[in-house]
Amino acid sequence: MRGREAFVMALEALRVNRLRSALTMLGVIIGVLAVVILVSVGTGAKDAVEKQISGLGTNIILVVPGQLTVGAAPTQSRLSLADAAYVRRVVGDPAKVTVSLQSGETVRVGRTEAFVTIVGTDQNLTNIFDRPLAKGRHLSETDVDTRRRVAVLGAEVAAKMFGDIDPIGRQVSIAGARFRVVGVYATVGQTFGLSRDQEVHVPVTTAQRMIGVDRINGLAVGASGPDEIQPLQEKVVAALAARYPGEKFSAVTQTQLLGTIGSVLGMLTGVLAAIAGISLLVGGVGVSNIMLVSVRERTREIGLRKALGARQRDVLAQFLIEAVLLTTIGGVIGIVLGVGGAVAIRSLTEVPASITWWSIALAFGVSAAVGVFFGVAPARRAARLDPVIALRAE
Amino acid sequence: MTRSEETAWPADLSISSIPAIEAVDLTRRYQLEGVAVDALRGVSLRIDQGEFAAIVGPSGSGKSTLMHLLGCLDRPTSGVLRVNGVEMSGLSESRLAELRNRTIGFVFQSFHLLARTSALDNVALPLVYRGAGRAERRSRATAALEAVGLGHRMGHRPSQMSGGEQQRVAIARALVGEPKVLLADEPTGNLDTRNGAEVMAILDRLNSESGVAVVLVTHDQEIAAHARRQIHVRDGLIELDTATAQATGQATGQATEGAAEGGRPL
Ligand SMILES: Nc1ncnc2c1ncn2[C@@H]1O[C@H](COP(=O)(O)OP(=O)(O)OP(=O)(O)O)[C@@H](O)[C@H]1O
Ligand SMILES: [Mg+2]
Repeated sequence: MRGREAFVMALEALRVNRLRSALTMLGVIIGVLAVVILVSVGTGAKDAVEKQISGLGTNIILVVPGQLTVGAAPTQSRLSLADAAYVRRVVGDPAKVTVSLQSGETVRVGRTEAFVTIVGTDQNLTNIFDRPLAKGRHLSETDVDTRRRVAVLGAEVAAKMFGDIDPIGRQVSIAGARFRVVGVYATVGQTFGLSRDQEVHVPVTTAQRMIGVDRINGLAVGASGPDEIQPLQEKVVAALAARYPGEKFSAVTQTQLLGTIGSVLGMLTGVLAAIAGISLLVGGVGVSNIMLVSVRERTREIGLRKALGARQRDVLAQFLIEAVLLTTIGGVIGIVLGVGGAVAIRSLTEVPASITWWSIALAFGVSAAVGVFFGVAPARRAARLDPVIALRAE
Repeated sequence: MTRSEETAWPADLSISSIPAIEAVDLTRRYQLEGVAVDALRGVSLRIDQGEFAAIVGPSGSGKSTLMHLLGCLDRPTSGVLRVNGVEMSGLSESRLAELRNRTIGFVFQSFHLLARTSALDNVALPLVYRGAGRAERRSRATAALEAVGLGHRMGHRPSQMSGGEQQRVAIARALVGEPKVLLADEPTGNLDTRNGAEVMAILDRLNSESGVAVVLVTHDQEIAAHARRQIHVRDGLIELDTATAQATGQATGQATEGAAEGGRPL
């Protein structure tokens, strides 16, 4: 028998039992649909986080005391501005080191209040991070040296507190103290679910006095190029460890952060895909079940075909092709619906769903494999039927 | 016979010298829940090219079992079977399927046509397993349907045809591959007298015109009378074969009575 005939025969058999074929495919369709959508949502989330991290700036090294783990609360810091000065000397270029001291505080303008993240930092911030201004100016060296009560507002804070009014030169009250607005940042979006547009930047010295501490949370160092990152990272950590023997300091680069976050989200995507894969598996069991029913129903037909000269492998091919057609047609429909679903999710919700060619190829390959895997047992049963007994079957 | 002798003879004579089917001492034992049933207990028989033979015998005597063996649908428990000169015991499953496809045509009591499939496609089915192309299948199936007088029913499905017509489609299917032997197990069993007679007329005509050997099983004496040769089977043995009976000079009537004890004439 020629391949084309086997194919035509199998298609014909599926067409004859249209409703049954459609219902059997439904299981595969739902499985493939789930795989495509969940993988695209997972991939989309990963892409989005990676974009956020890259959006911070380039060649950044973050230095914090203690052991750094993503998501864990920062340990009590012993870093101070003196340490920052020390690191500046180690790095060699003082402009490439900035500091950060964060605290949640209430900001008030007239009757309007908001709870925001106050970030104490210095004039070097913009040498390291991408933080464009919408209006006004950045914090200056004088602001830091003279502990000025000035603030640069994140885009959302500015919009919430001042609306259409130009905030430059106006007063805001932070934790009861009065600050003058000198600048407003442009919208930058969020990182790790925290909106950087809800920050208010003040001179680190002012922030220390306001909070009543002389520590800082961490340092950020900007490397001059990608090749500089690792040596610089090691140098800074070694220098701090030498200054404070027995204590631990961590430096993490954007690339490392990307790697960690990427693998966590990649794993999450894998778990989602596996869960969706289970439903595909259930669809495959349905195919197997229906093929067994079909073989039983068509026992006489199989006996006849054998009497007319069909070899075992002709019968095997016929039923196997039928099963694979069921799952691949179901797979293609599932892919089309899944891609449509992902596009709909992306345009109707905030969830970033991104469709990747490999997930589509994988979904198709898996559905074909499911057809072979679950079709082989029924097809073998058909192929091995004794023609004499099969012809006598009811 | 050597090859040179064969070519020297007229074509039809040289073909008829190889028997279409030759069975020597066939037995078939079924195992049914541990109990052995001997359906055939030693059957020897030779069907020549172009012969027309009827197998008769009581129910359960082993007629269908014999037909399945002759058609290579089943393998004997012991004994030798040669189909068109080919010894079947050494053949693999797929070679056996090929042998069936090329040399045997089956006609069944219950037609066994594929439902929801046109007469033409039903008839063309054996050619599919031979790897024939679409155009060839079509033209040969059309010719076969015309040969059984159904040129006007090619697009009909089994459910749209009478029983007689369905059996004629089945005969066309059996003949489309130009087999050496047509094996028909009670081909008229599901038909009324008129349709049965029509089917028999077609088998008669095909046998005499195309030279295909016909072996049919029947309970009907009138149907059996169409055949030039009658083979009586009882309890898994051949009780009487008119071909060998004539060869040994016995009268048919006497032989039937004489072999009633279940003797094995050979
Ligand atoms: N698959 C089987 N398993 C067990 N025994 C069987 C099987 N097929 C046939 N037999 C037995 O073999 C014997 C011969 O059966 P067979 O079908 O050849 O008879 P038959 O002459 O064709 O009868 P009928 O005229 O009723 O069709 C019977 O006793 C039957 O019960
Ligand atoms: Mg029978």
